[in-house]
Amino acid sequence: MPAVASERDLRLDLFRGLALWLIFLDHIPSNAVNWITLRNYGFSDAAEIFVFISGYTAAFVYGKTLRERGPVVAGARILKRAWQVYVAHIFIFVIFMAEVAYVTKSFDNPLYTEEMGAFDFMQQPGPALIQALLLKFKPTYMDILPLYVVLLLGFAPGIWLIVRAPSVALAASVVLYALSWRFEWNLPSYPSGYWFFNPLAWQMLFVFAAWCALGTEDRLRWLLRSRLVLALAIVYLVLAFGTTMTWHMPHLARLMPKPVAEVIYPIDKTNLDILRFMHFLALALVTVRLVPRDWPGLESPLLRPAIVCGQHSLEIFCLGVFLSFTGHFVLVEVSDRIWVQIAISAAGVGIMVGTAALMRWYRMIEGRRPGSRPPKPDASLAGGEA
Amino acid sequence: MTRIALVLIGTLLAARALAGSQSCEVPDYVTHVDAPLTRVSAVVAKDHRLDILVLGTGSSALPGVEGARSAYPARLEAALAKRLPGAAVTVRTEVKTRRTTADMVNDLEKYLLDGKPTLVVWQTGTVDAIRGIDPDEFRAALEKGVAVLSAAGTDVILVNMQYSPRTDVMIAGGAYADNLRLVAQQHDLPLFDRLSAMKHWNETGAFDLSGPNTGHMAEKVHDCLGKLLAELIVNAAHLDRNHSKETR
Repeated sequence: MPAVASERDLRLDLFRGLALWLIFLDHIPSNAVNWITLRNYGFSDAAEIFVFISGYTAAFVYGKTLRERGPVVAGARILKRAWQVYVAHIFIFVIFMAEVAYVTKSFDNPLYTEEMGAFDFMQQPGPALIQALLLKFKPTYMDILPLYVVLLLGFAPGIWLIVRAPSVALAASVVLYALSWRFEWNLPSYPSGYWFFNPLAWQMLFVFAAWCALGTEDRLRWLLRSRLVLALAIVYLVLAFGTTMTWHMPHLARLMPKPVAEVIYPIDKTNLDILRFMHFLALALVTVRLVPRDWPGLESPLLRPAIVCGQHSLEIFCLGVFLSFTGHFVLVEVSDRIWVQIAISAAGVGIMVGTAALMRWYRMIEGRRPGSRPPKPDASLAGGEA
Repeated sequence: MTRIALVLIGTLLAARALAGSQSCEVPDYVTHVDAPLTRVSAVVAKDHRLDILVLGTGSSALPGVEGARSAYPARLEAALAKRLPGAAVTVRTEVKTRRTTADMVNDLEKYLLDGKPTLVVWQTGTVDAIRGIDPDEFRAALEKGVAVLSAAGTDVILVNMQYSPRTDVMIAGGAYADNLRLVAQQHDLPLFDRLSAMKHWNETGAFDLSGPNTGHMAEKVHDCLGKLLAELIVNAAHLDRNHSKETR
């Protein structure tokens, strides 16, 4: 059985914290500041980072539970976590409904009669509410938590196989991914369509992360050290960067060879396009090379804010969704001048950091300091909070 | 000294008034597209006429009794008539709210029966985005529609969604806008990027699209859209050149 490192890997918290900030920024539409976010410079975005790190920490934490207390206890704790994520999602949904209720009452512009049709469900909120509880009705930008709930539900029984035979589990996961592409499997949405994040496809990233977490890193060491692989990863990142530039600058669009465009487009987020998956792998590979586990910068106070956010990811994620709504609301209702956009973005990140610090403090006065509990690392969104 | 100051203030005020006045100004790429409109070029040169069908949903119309006259299809007709004095320009509309792309494709052949247009301006995507239609199905429907129109021998311009800051957070249009662009690219059709144009106006302050409809803003926006669309058609079909050649 693979050994479990006792030191908490701060890189996980750091990058998850950064991903939380990026998700917050990306979810404020037409915010000038979201030009800095990852999705503008490559195929993958914060969603991949978030799912990967959560799969990694989940495997790490519950893998340990499984070894110490058996599959039933591990499964039960995962289900409890799924329940917490579900409740958090419903809470965010209620806040969303309140905002929609306000906007539909106050907004009346003949230019947008059709767009207001998006709020038809407010005339009959009953069915929408039931569908929301069933995770079928998910307003825009509220898709990640339902994905999590489903991933955790599958992980509760799946962890047994992932710990016993990680590679068999990974192979099964790849087969499921391939089948979901081949037969276009996805969960249904209300009132029509399918899930924006197809769990049957995205599970591959989650299981892959778990596979990496469970000591298979040793098997991957040669890959991580290979210069050729690093070079390939960098070339791929550069190509992806070039491709995204042709989206932002229409006069560059003609530089994209048509046959290539026909092969690679559309780059499907719903079903975790293989180009996105590879882009994330390349990004992760380069990052792991640049930021080793014992990198002294991880202790620097400059990175502290992101790390603290990453250590309370479920709460900070929900807060981020709420702050995105509120930020967008202020931009629309008060002013959308560029300095307001910058101020809102900065204030949002500030509130996220402040809240995370406050939660850390609460935990400290309760005598449970995260990071100082050597054998039991807190996994926040992935698990931990037993 | 005071005179200089007064002149300066005067210039500043004039500049401000100019900046504040309604302008349809947009980045060049909105009206200069690579894809040609060969059928339009040929028919205008030969028959001196241009029959356009605007196929769309709610955002191709304005409500009220004056709505039809101030919506962009009518503005397009007026703008084209001005640009092409030698040609008879007609714009017919098949605009109905709450239709997905697939709904429109189902009725497409029927629309082509009552007089075949030279050009179809196809505005779509909004309803698909609101209903959360699977983007793959959306693209399949678009492809099918484009195939039907090409088979009928008409030119096609695709029109993407409006920029709607108030509902941005509730309607995820990204995948639909991407697919419209993709289909336009693959079939070499002009895309009228209404989304970017309106976003630009909102950013420059030409129109405050999150505000109330003061000073007939909706009508002015549609007037601009009609003019830009006319500009795009003239550019893509090289009508300026053809036309001036004939009149010379």
